[in-house]
Amino acid sequence: MTYLPNILFLLTLSLGIGYFAKNIRRVIRNIKLGQEVKVSGSAAQRWKNVLLIALGQSKMVVRPVSGMMHIIVYLGFVIINLEVLEIIIDGVLGTHRVFSFMGEFYGFLIGSFELLAVLVLIAVIVFWLRRNALKIKRFWKPEMKGWPKKDADFILYFEMVLMTLFLIMNATDGHFQEMNNGNIISQYVAGWFSSYSENSLHLIERTAWWLHIIGILVFLNYLYFSKHLHILLAFPNVYFGKLTAPGKFQNLESVTNEVKLMMDPTADPYATPAEGSETPVKFGASDVMDLSRIQLLNAYTCTECGRCTSECPANQTGKKLSPRKIMMDTRDRLEEVGRNIDKNGTFQSDGKQLLDDYISREELWACTTCNACVEACPVSIDPLSIIMDMRQYLVMEQSAAPNELNVIMTNIENNAAPWPFNQMDRANWINES
Amino acid sequence: MSETLKVPTMAEYLAQNKQPEVLFWVGCAGSFDDRAKKITKAFAKLLNHAKVDFAVLGTEESCTGDPAKRAGNEFLFQMQAMMNIQVLNGYEVKKIVTTCPHCFNTLKNEYPELGGTYEVMHHTQFLKTLLEEGRLKVEGGKFKGKRITYHDPCYLGRANNEYEAPRELLRKLEVELVEMKRCKSRGLCCGAGGAQMFKEPEKGDKDINLERTEDAMETQPAIIAAGCPFCNTMMTDGVKAKEQEPNIQVLDVAEMIAHAADL
Repeated sequence: MTYLPNILFLLTLSLGIGYFAKNIRRVIRNIKLGQEVKVSGSAAQRWKNVLLIALGQSKMVVRPVSGMMHIIVYLGFVIINLEVLEIIIDGVLGTHRVFSFMGEFYGFLIGSFELLAVLVLIAVIVFWLRRNALKIKRFWKPEMKGWPKKDADFILYFEMVLMTLFLIMNATDGHFQEMNNGNIISQYVAGWFSSYSENSLHLIERTAWWLHIIGILVFLNYLYFSKHLHILLAFPNVYFGKLTAPGKFQNLESVTNEVKLMMDPTADPYATPAEGSETPVKFGASDVMDLSRIQLLNAYTCTECGRCTSECPANQTGKKLSPRKIMMDTRDRLEEVGRNIDKNGTFQSDGKQLLDDYISREELWACTTCNACVEACPVSIDPLSIIMDMRQYLVMEQSAAPNELNVIMTNIENNAAPWPFNQMDRANWINES
Repeated sequence: MSETLKVPTMAEYLAQNKQPEVLFWVGCAGSFDDRAKKITKAFAKLLNHAKVDFAVLGTEESCTGDPAKRAGNEFLFQMQAMMNIQVLNGYEVKKIVTTCPHCFNTLKNEYPELGGTYEVMHHTQFLKTLLEEGRLKVEGGKFKGKRITYHDPCYLGRANNEYEAPRELLRKLEVELVEMKRCKSRGLCCGAGGAQMFKEPEKGDKDINLERTEDAMETQPAIIAAGCPFCNTMMTDGVKAKEQEPNIQVLDVAEMIAHAADL
């Protein structure tokens, strides 16, 4: 019977990790529904970006207040989770604070964890106040109503509870407090429990210990259902981020082939397609399967911070377009497609698509392609590329551009300028006074 | 004051079996828009003044395809690009300078994959090189000490990471350069990019150019300096709408340098 806690622990751990792994496999399968992309450019530069932008949080501090607090929470998350290693070993082997033999160094470790835990707790409370008391505008945009709003608050509550449990666990651990090594914060918390008997202290300590590890496992599994996947996906996402000049939009290869054929005087316009030649491709994107895998990874990575939306000129002037919503819609639709596949084995048409059912044309046409959203994203998400791909679908597959744009396109075709001036008059400015 | 402009074409150069140092890509706005033509001329005057051996394509130039591409018409863009590349490669063009950040971005970034690789410079970058090489002198003149704010064109700034060249030139004009609260990588778009120039904006509660003009007005400038013919139009419209025409001028950096030198 003495092994019961160990067995329970192992069971909890494998359940927690197993279910998470299952959902991560689902994420990977869904991302693979997107188009394959060639990842070009220097790998060294990509790793450098991971180091600076993801690990180093370089783009977070563009906004110093939220940036610095985010770094605290991030460091807290990474560093305090070292403690999980000890918890797991203790849980499996039935030991207690297995690393405490390290003496001074152990104290140093736990001491920094405790300090960070308090800092994280403060930061998370400030984050909550920014959302709910200061009501910072980007957290109250229309796309944040309902689940996204609750999701954001849940994550903050989770972190508050986990940090509190960690401190209580240390404070009620008589053995640890007696060591008086690293309990820099918890010694004060211990004072609150001074009237408790040793037995109740032990009970509280065990409860906090169990709730802490269960909380961590629940949180891990919550990630998939929330906007919080960025804590994992930010790293691959930054790695796959665009390396070329932000102004360089991708040239569609399928179009290049067509245009080359059109401009080739030896091409036979009546030739039947060669045997085994590919089926005609779809130009642009109307649903998630038309997007690239990197764009879909972008969608799962987005944590809905809204920095993109708050820098977007269209959004700031009251237009419907919100780059954050583009990412949220893409993920929602991808999840819907994923559930469809879970149910039917393969995707069965549901009469819906990303265009119109999620993202309206009005949003797409409001974009000035200014790259402010791309610049603002702390984890190298590119909402602009999705907007462009969908515009391409509207124009090249549906001929559904706004009429004024049809006029300029006709002008460019006819007289090589967006305005109806004669190409022969191009150099007139030279002699005009 | 001004002599007649000497603006030879590539065809004329070819007839003499010569290659100019640089091709001046004028762009559609620079060729046809009355306001933008002034920028084109100011820049051509500066090129003449600095004795730069340059040529234009003249009637052989055509739209780079930028507005078509950003409107989603990749076909039209690539048709334009391929035709332009044929012309440019036919003349064995190596180096291009342009007064339009949209042409600059497209020629520089999107043409190489389609077979057109050139050294492409924005005119503020080119002027800065002339300055450094001692071929052009930039002095304060009538702008000395004036309060000036510079609006970053998206396709020069964020899109191509060039924030310094235009500012460097303005500093040489000995102006009092004041930055807007949103500038450089966080500069607000004027509202014209992505083919928005050519259509009515979507429903909203404000036009983007007004928002940007307000940013500029906060700095109480005598002049809003720009580096893009479209930004210029948007900001000029904004200043008009705010009834600030008597107080605020919108000028291209090249125009300012040309005026300062009394060209």
